[in-house]
Amino acid sequence: MTVVYLDNNATTAVAPEVLEAMLPYLTTAYGNPSSMHRFGGQVAQAIQTAREQVADLLGATPTEIVFTSGGTEGNNTAIRSALASFPNRRHIVTTQVEHACVRNLCRHLEKQGYQVTYLSVDRRGQLDLLELEAALTGDTALVSVMWANNETGVLFPIDQIGALVKSRGVLFHVDAVQAVGKIPIHLQDSPIDLLTLSGHKFHAPKGIGALYVRRGVPFRPLLLGGHQERNRRAGTENVAGSVGLGRAAVLAKQHLADMARVQALRDHLEQSILRAIPETVVNGQGSPRLPNTSNLGFKYIEGEAILLLLDREGICASSGSACTSASLEPSHVLQAMGLPYSVLHGSIRLSLSRYTTPADIERVLAVLPGIVAQLRALSPFSDDESDWLTERTHALLATG
Amino acid sequence: MWNYSDKVLDHFYHPRNQGAIEDKGESGIAVVRGEVGSLACGDALRLYLKIDRASDRILDAKFQTFGCTSAIAASSALTEMVKGRTVDEALAISNQDIADYLDGLPPQKMHCSVMGQEALEQAIAQYRGWPIAQPTADHSPLVCTCFGVSEERIRKVVRENRLTTVEEVTHYLKAGGGCGTCREAIADILARTIAPPRLTTLQKIQRIQAVLAELRPLLQQDGGDVELVDLEGDCVWVQLQGACGDCPSRLVTVKDLIQVRLQRVLGPAVVVEALA
Repeated sequence: MTVVYLDNNATTAVAPEVLEAMLPYLTTAYGNPSSMHRFGGQVAQAIQTAREQVADLLGATPTEIVFTSGGTEGNNTAIRSALASFPNRRHIVTTQVEHACVRNLCRHLEKQGYQVTYLSVDRRGQLDLLELEAALTGDTALVSVMWANNETGVLFPIDQIGALVKSRGVLFHVDAVQAVGKIPIHLQDSPIDLLTLSGHKFHAPKGIGALYVRRGVPFRPLLLGGHQERNRRAGTENVAGSVGLGRAAVLAKQHLADMARVQALRDHLEQSILRAIPETVVNGQGSPRLPNTSNLGFKYIEGEAILLLLDREGICASSGSACTSASLEPSHVLQAMGLPYSVLHGSIRLSLSRYTTPADIERVLAVLPGIVAQLRALSPFSDDESDWLTERTHALLATG
Repeated sequence: MWNYSDKVLDHFYHPRNQGAIEDKGESGIAVVRGEVGSLACGDALRLYLKIDRASDRILDAKFQTFGCTSAIAASSALTEMVKGRTVDEALAISNQDIADYLDGLPPQKMHCSVMGQEALEQAIAQYRGWPIAQPTADHSPLVCTCFGVSEERIRKVVRENRLTTVEEVTHYLKAGGGCGTCREAIADILARTIAPPRLTTLQKIQRIQAVLAELRPLLQQDGGDVELVDLEGDCVWVQLQGACGDCPSRLVTVKDLIQVRLQRVLGPAVVVEALA
């Protein structure tokens, strides 16, 4: 059975061209870029080329690019650097829907005495800019928000947020891990000071990413050691990864126009599902969204069960359902959006890439209605007015 | 990806006995149901039992489940397990029996087996006319407000499944898996429910002396006596005195009399040795 891979927000396939570009640096060209000999020097040149390629995708200059191990390191570096640069400021503004690597770092910082404001989102997953404005104080060291939400694909209005943040003289960090390669980005004329990207979300391998640091923005490295990355990230370079990231950036730029085709496939998928399956919602609908992401809520059934039945048909998807994670809480993103319980537990995410074909989408459309019907036939719930449902919800609220 | 057994997947892909049982009002037949969980909690089970009143035997069982793979599999397994059993036999089914029937559940999914056992208990309580047993509505204090779990429910699974950690309680009941503020309270309940009496050395010595004081008149009748010499971990050293010191039955005295009595007070690990 061929696999229909619709989990591209989790990770993507390494592009064949990327692998090809990397192979010499995993075989013959194994020199250390810091070495004095030409054998290492040619490797340093390859990293420089990769840096230019990544800068080109972002509309930045090469010296503003620091290679990292990926999104988690980039976000940790950016936030800690901002705090270290302004030691007298003890306040961070972020949102309730950030990725765990921002959220859990902020929680950790709270324990160390920092104050963190987690901005709320509405039913469509959008921020209230007035809430942001009110949150900014003279003590605020940094505003860190994601560009695109990994679960719903909802896009925040980064230019508007940035303009507000910069007008108050506060550093602005953007976690763009899901946005890079999917939407156009021009950092030169943007309000962004720091921006995180991760290679494996756009067809580079896992273990490589980059942090954009705007020229002139104060910076403190997370890792101390050698002089690599102009003293911004110590440690011998991930040469093959960096070269792969550069090649992936070139491809992403070439294929940005392709995203219209991906979006058409996504829209066809969503519209067909909404037509074929009753009691279904698109989470984040009404907001600007990534072209490749669809978060669908099927009422009265549970997400993990849907995923297993899809998996049996060779279809890879994911879910923010409580039952798929080690924690017992459903997705913090969907909870923050205030979705009802009937939707919260039954949501799955389908995320496409430029390799997704119309045939892939037809495979999903052929089996998903049957899967949902099968699980709904098992479910004791069929409408929001069920006595049991309202009784229990009230009981829980009363005791809580 | 969860590591589900083939049996779990079989019951998930091919659920047995799904649906409802309609109460047609047949004479001598009771149709009862148990409902546990909620949409808010992320899983819920409605279990139907059709019972022959004369023989107390479960003629049929069906289920409706909202939940993940293992919740559906546990419900399906439960219906297969109870069909044909008497009500008393069904009541003896524990959540571990349900998990065993499925060749085990991932530790984080044990709450699915507990949900099945609680629905069964509730349905039978309805049949017997017991004042239930609504698992969320017993009279003990609510410990986990996120998932509506009471202290009594925690004590019950801890006892029945010999749980020892807060994490295990979360796996079995979800309690503590939400905001996490009740984890300390769960740890306290665990400590109270399972802890064997932990005694200081001084307390042990006092209890040993008390036991020896009880036994002393018996030994003195035969012209003997006993003294505590030392205590090393679980080993109690005594000195038999007078007539007991060279009595041919001294071993019986030490092992069958003193050791047995001390084990009742300090636990089965205690060994008594007599100095020559």
